[in-house]
Amino acid sequence: MVKLTIPEIELMSPGHTGCQGCGATIAMRYALKALGEKTIVSIPACCWAVMPGVWPNNCMRVPLLYTAFETTGASISGIKAALRALGEEDVTVMGWAGDGGTADIGMQALSAAAERNEDVIYVMYDNEAYMNTGIQRSGATPLGAWTTTTPVGKTKFWERRPKKPMVDIVAAHKVPYAATLSIGYPEDFVKKMKKAKEISGFRFLHIYSPCPTGWKSPPQYTPKLAKLAVTSRAFPLYEVEEGIYRVTMKPKKTPLKEYLMLQGRFRHLTDEDMKELERDIERRWKELLLKEEMTAKLEELNE
Amino acid sequence: MVRMLLTGNKTTAYSAMRSRVQVVSAYPITPQTTIVEHIAEFIADGLMKAEYIQVESEHSAMAAAIAASNTGARAFTATSAHGLLLMHEMLHWATGARLPVVMVNVNRALGPPWSVWADHLDSISQRDTGWMQYYVENNQEIFDTVIMAYKVSERPDIMLPSMISQDAFYLSHTVEPVDIVEQEVVDNYLPPYDPPYRLDVNNPAGFGSLVMPNHYYEFRYKIAEAMEKAKKYIKEAAEEWYEITGRDYRGLLDCYRCEDADVVLFGAGTMMSTAKEVVDWMRAEGKKVGVARIRVFRPFPGEDVRKVADGAAAIGVMDRAYGFGRGGAFFNEVNSALYNHRNRPPTKNYIIGLGGRDVKPRHIRAIFNDLLKVKDEGLDEEFRWFGLRRENMPEEEI
Repeated sequence: MVKLTIPEIELMSPGHTGCQGCGATIAMRYALKALGEKTIVSIPACCWAVMPGVWPNNCMRVPLLYTAFETTGASISGIKAALRALGEEDVTVMGWAGDGGTADIGMQALSAAAERNEDVIYVMYDNEAYMNTGIQRSGATPLGAWTTTTPVGKTKFWERRPKKPMVDIVAAHKVPYAATLSIGYPEDFVKKMKKAKEISGFRFLHIYSPCPTGWKSPPQYTPKLAKLAVTSRAFPLYEVEEGIYRVTMKPKKTPLKEYLMLQGRFRHLTDEDMKELERDIERRWKELLLKEEMTAKLEELNE
Repeated sequence: MVRMLLTGNKTTAYSAMRSRVQVVSAYPITPQTTIVEHIAEFIADGLMKAEYIQVESEHSAMAAAIAASNTGARAFTATSAHGLLLMHEMLHWATGARLPVVMVNVNRALGPPWSVWADHLDSISQRDTGWMQYYVENNQEIFDTVIMAYKVSERPDIMLPSMISQDAFYLSHTVEPVDIVEQEVVDNYLPPYDPPYRLDVNNPAGFGSLVMPNHYYEFRYKIAEAMEKAKKYIKEAAEEWYEITGRDYRGLLDCYRCEDADVVLFGAGTMMSTAKEVVDWMRAEGKKVGVARIRVFRPFPGEDVRKVADGAAAIGVMDRAYGFGRGGAFFNEVNSALYNHRNRPPTKNYIIGLGGRDVKPRHIRAIFNDLLKVKDEGLDEEFRWFGLRRENMPEEEI
């Protein structure tokens, strides 16, 4: 018999209201497969605040607490505290917020929950802009991207800043586990999710989640884009465990242009512009490898 | 009976202990700070068993209390002034989510200019958040009201949050004798929190999802209905507490010598204790004056206000806050309760005590005398900024 690497259990039923090709629905499905039934999820304002369905419909088979945009870190802290008070210690609590709700408006509550080392999982599913409100720039929008608030126009007003490095920021809080995941690699995804489940303390998972609507990409390319982001090094897969960086996938490099040109949001970029992006991404990749090398020495300190 | 000398803030901490709150989310702000300090001490000393979350803001304090309450734990927090304003979004959330969170607010003025002293504008600004609002006049009332508030809030047919407001420094930092009712007695009065619905892995459900216009309206109506019902339950809870302790909070309005009064002065908080004292003095002089303290502001005791109006020839309302553009909130609410009533005596608004300016017996006496003049000569003006110091704002500076 073949050993399945992805659990068969389905805790997300059909009937979500997401767009065709939505990466975030795939992300939720895998996440719940990994975490299992004894999970409580809290979701702030984001695409996923709408996607479970309009009341009384609900595609989630685990308890779900909707909360206000900036409160995920506080909300999951409150749930966990109550579970402790009620003696229900074996329940996993997961916050599930978008990139805007995490890197921007939810940053304060996230930082506080991380600093307190709350025993919760915080997921930032990253579609690189405010997609639920219709594609506005967030702190996680990548360099070069078009959004409705970074339109190209005649003055090349597109996004001029690289993404906020959320895993690095959260890892700097000295939490036990922080990692990047991509829906393009389900086995790595589920493995990291399961690993996070077994660790106690604050766990931060940054999930790369393509958005055909916002990225102006064909819906059928969602998994392909999620893979190309990793292989082009635009979104490397790595984890930080007790301060030690480990790049979990070092694939053969594919051209960044291939990844960019599948998406309308980068269509305005010239070859010269793309080279600039490539330089930035290469620098970050090398920086990551250096961190991996450097922090490996921390092993002794952790013992 | 355990009688102790306690500040309002320490009394508040005891009320949380006796209510057996299970989750406390805490963030400091003057003059609330010692509440969260005392609770932390109780927990540290093993006198109180509760989860204590040291959040990074009031917004998160309320968000965490909401989440804890939705998970099935009795949640408590406390705040003041700007902290309460920062919570505003989540106050609406607690109501919409139908969660019986109880919070003590230490009424403090809003800046700028900075002021840490008593003023009601912080909680008045939360009037429409759907929280039940109590205003107390002494430390004993803080203790008693927190326990009674949980009893009412947690009723399955109410499930609404409660805010208990006490005046900065007049209560928060003033020591008074307080009867801290024994734990067993409180336990008998207030059973453990057992909500009809909660986050439960054995019975998964979603809380707070999107609804379309064809349902939202009814969700709001049910809140309105519960708030209306709460009037009866607040009285019932007070009746039961009265039987146990002999302390009487059975009216949403705390009427003092109103029955045969010619003029009645409305208001809330500590200055109403002063007003009751003045009533006794003036009664001794043969002047028929009375006081109606607004103990419960939400739900608003409109019927009780009408009853008072039936006997009075003039009504005054003191507001320790001003709604810029149209008078104090208590005044406006008293007026609106009277508009469709057959007996409508003239009403006059006295703005007083803002930013902790002391309200002295002689001020209250002057107000009563002014009201007696209104009774005899009719209304001269609707709004009066009582005790305005012209010398503080010379013309050339305006």
